[in-house]
Amino acid sequence: MPLQAKLQSVDSISHVETGVLHSPFHSRTSALNINQQWSVWNGFASAIYYGDALLEYFATRNACAVFDVSPMRKYRFQGVEVEAMLNRMVTRDVTAQKVDTVAYNVWCTDAGRVVDDGTLFRLANDEFMLCCADPCLDWFLLSAVGFSQVEITDISDAVASLALQGPTSCALLKAMGFDGIDHCKPFQIMRFPWNGGDIMISRTGYTGDLGYELWLDPGLAEPLWDALFEQGRVFGIQPLGDESLDMARLEAGFIAPDVDFHGALHTVELHHDHSPFELGLGWIVNFKKTHFTGRAALEREKASGNYRRLVKLDIEGNKPAENSVLYADSHCRREIGYVTSAMWSPVVKANIAYGLIEAKYADGEIWAEVYHQKELRWYRKVARCLKVSKPFWSPERAKQTPPPDC
Amino acid sequence: MNRTYDAIVIGAGHNGLTSAAYLAKSGLDVLVVEKNDYIGGAAVSRELHEGWLYSNCSYVCSLLRQSIHRDLDLTRHGLMIVPYNGTTNFSRTGDYIAEYPDHDMQYREIRRHSLRDADAVHRYEADLMRYARLIRHFLLRTPADPTSFKPRDLGELVFMAKKFAGMGEEQVLEFIRFMTMSAGDYLDEYFENDLVKTLFSTSSIIGTALGVYSPGTAYVLLHHVMGDVDGAVGAWGLARGGMGAISDAIAGALKEHGGEILTEAPVAQILVRNSRATGVVLENGDEIHAGIVVSNLDPKRTFTHIMDQKDIPEDLYDKARNFKIRGSSGKVNIALTGMPDFPSLPPGHMLRNGTFQFLDSLERMERAYDDWKHGRWSADPFVEMTQSSVWDPTLAAPGHYFVSCFIQYCPAEVEGGWTPEKRDAFGDTVIDQISNYSPNFRDLIAHMEVRTPHEIENEIGLTEGNIFQGELTLDQLMFNRPFPGYSQYRGPVKGMYMCGSGTHPGGGVSSACGANAAREILLDLKRPNIVPEDDVDE
Repeated sequence: MPLQAKLQSVDSISHVETGVLHSPFHSRTSALNINQQWSVWNGFASAIYYGDALLEYFATRNACAVFDVSPMRKYRFQGVEVEAMLNRMVTRDVTAQKVDTVAYNVWCTDAGRVVDDGTLFRLANDEFMLCCADPCLDWFLLSAVGFSQVEITDISDAVASLALQGPTSCALLKAMGFDGIDHCKPFQIMRFPWNGGDIMISRTGYTGDLGYELWLDPGLAEPLWDALFEQGRVFGIQPLGDESLDMARLEAGFIAPDVDFHGALHTVELHHDHSPFELGLGWIVNFKKTHFTGRAALEREKASGNYRRLVKLDIEGNKPAENSVLYADSHCRREIGYVTSAMWSPVVKANIAYGLIEAKYADGEIWAEVYHQKELRWYRKVARCLKVSKPFWSPERAKQTPPPDC
Repeated sequence: MNRTYDAIVIGAGHNGLTSAAYLAKSGLDVLVVEKNDYIGGAAVSRELHEGWLYSNCSYVCSLLRQSIHRDLDLTRHGLMIVPYNGTTNFSRTGDYIAEYPDHDMQYREIRRHSLRDADAVHRYEADLMRYARLIRHFLLRTPADPTSFKPRDLGELVFMAKKFAGMGEEQVLEFIRFMTMSAGDYLDEYFENDLVKTLFSTSSIIGTALGVYSPGTAYVLLHHVMGDVDGAVGAWGLARGGMGAISDAIAGALKEHGGEILTEAPVAQILVRNSRATGVVLENGDEIHAGIVVSNLDPKRTFTHIMDQKDIPEDLYDKARNFKIRGSSGKVNIALTGMPDFPSLPPGHMLRNGTFQFLDSLERMERAYDDWKHGRWSADPFVEMTQSSVWDPTLAAPGHYFVSCFIQYCPAEVEGGWTPEKRDAFGDTVIDQISNYSPNFRDLIAHMEVRTPHEIENEIGLTEGNIFQGELTLDQLMFNRPFPGYSQYRGPVKGMYMCGSGTHPGGGVSSACGANAAREILLDLKRPNIVPEDDVDE
């Protein structure tokens, strides 16, 4: 019998073995990444920092900074049944979401465990874009069972995206000719013709400060980057890497996948995944809407009150409680949880962290066992932790429309 | 005006506000009286030219105690300290030497000038860091009285001895030697290259009426590297919105705790009855009464201007009269309509986000000091130019810049007295110096404020315009600050206190003097101490 297999040329699959992929902005980000400090995000090179992580972090609080979000996974949901399909999948009420708005969402398993979180963009009555940090197409297709009129497409590589964050971000966009951007409300979407194409701008971000995300055709990526940095110089623009963004998001009270929570579909051990209530996301679980995946389990969990709490902690001293185990007493006798993220916050001047605490100890004393190093020698201290209810950083300007100084 | 308060603080500079904030937080009824129509003293931001906010006196920040920032919740009251790169020093050869926050860049930069010095920097920095860490323990503590047998003083002396002993015997001896040295001699011991020495030397003379080879300047150098930004010891930052943001934030905390501020209220005299402070009388004749009166004015001004000579011991008057508080520096604050050219550093260069200096040897610095000794401003002055608005978008419109220059040396008195013409000539000397390195600088000037020690004294009330409220020399430090026997913030009469930079730990926008004074006042009132300890958890 003759050979039936279709032989592939080496070229057609070369991208598998090239190592990291390049985002549409790579020519620009790699020029600025003077120390060649890269992490890998969904297979793409993502700058850890460019010149100085601290200065770049401060740009999000003091001026403006640009983060290349292109490696984010982006999916288009289209069709007449799309609203109903998404409404069954996510925990918020999609039927209440207006066209040209964005809503932060989670989606859960039947057991009420978080699969992932992401932002849901309503682009039209029958069209949405869902952005999440990790690939999720398999789950989306499973979630579409029973809905024949829904088409789900991975558009990750077809959309380049940048986050522009910080107090001068609005003024910069305005100076670039995006007229009316100052009237864009938080979580609103606006569209602008630009350089022969279209740019979609949403007032969203991961820093807790005033900020926007720009969505565009990859062909416009390099000209947009150049225009931002050319016009942005007088607005104090800086490129932003993972390290700085991670600081900003922790201050802002945002959780990070694979850092603060472990996706249910990837979790082997019992209770190593999380419910939205554990992660402090009860505010986006809507029991007033119709059925959604995980609802019954979540209703039971909420009624029981028996779930861990991811709490914001203000910790005494100035040594970040990285990887710390948490206790109910200063003698470290009763272990009650662990720290998921920790840092010294330069703007708030506080030693902050998230801790995941067992339900029955959530209202009691919390102590962190902190290890820190000085000239290679290790020191241990037990530091008192105070629970904080609000985000550590949430300036007024992030909510104001138009924003100040714009 | 006829009200009685628990405490009156004279002078709404940052230390006065800090003291007042803690007294108010403790539950006292507090009033701050300020002679100017604005608060902040020497930590201010003022729109002196339309569209430009001038951070026109103190200009950068490193000593502000982090634990006070955190404890008074100054971030919520609007304060953000943003670190900046460091110093770039231009030489007349057209080259420069720069400080980089990145360790490897710093190494490559020094190596460009001297291979040996690039390595020696590590030894130098470790030695200096040892002293900085030692001193940092004492900033938010009241100095011990070395002659006292009170348990508190003995405890403090033991604390001090332990910290010294923690360095090891050899280093204690080295430290004692260091405290008496000149910065020039000290740097000569480590480095061979003039530009390298220059880069590290300039903080040794800032605000000081001494030359880089005068004994005692090694400590002044240390005083400028013992601060930190977020635990990075030696780093400096800018207050977003100018230095006035610091004063405004502390005032916000003060008001939140019920404190009041009265501006345009210069004090004529501290009232004393039966050897007790009873309040103040303002220049307009109003009397305000309080059992606690705290002076944030410098010690000389406090005891020779606003206290009746009859109310204080005569030896104290003498000490105040002899207190070394000499004017040595001036300020030129400039509104620019564009980014000035510095041909070797194009706009956008990372070194643009820092301060610029124009020197190439310690000898040139010493010559600048020689002019001052002869009663002239330096013909070839040391200029530290802080390009605040390159990094702070709130000071000027996009594309416009605010630049603050600190200049040494400039005497408090010149022959025939200061006149507006001489002041402007001093300003021209500074612009000439900058123009040597930036050809279009002069063309971009929209407005300029020139301040000699004369203006600084008259506007802010610092005697001779001395930025530290008294020289930072060994005879005026720790338990000698401001005078022996008066280092614990208490004045000569009951209920009278000092809280300005003339007290320990001295000059700089630290809030430490004000906080330490508040702690002593609360102790005397037998109220619980609410002043936090320092974050020296390194």
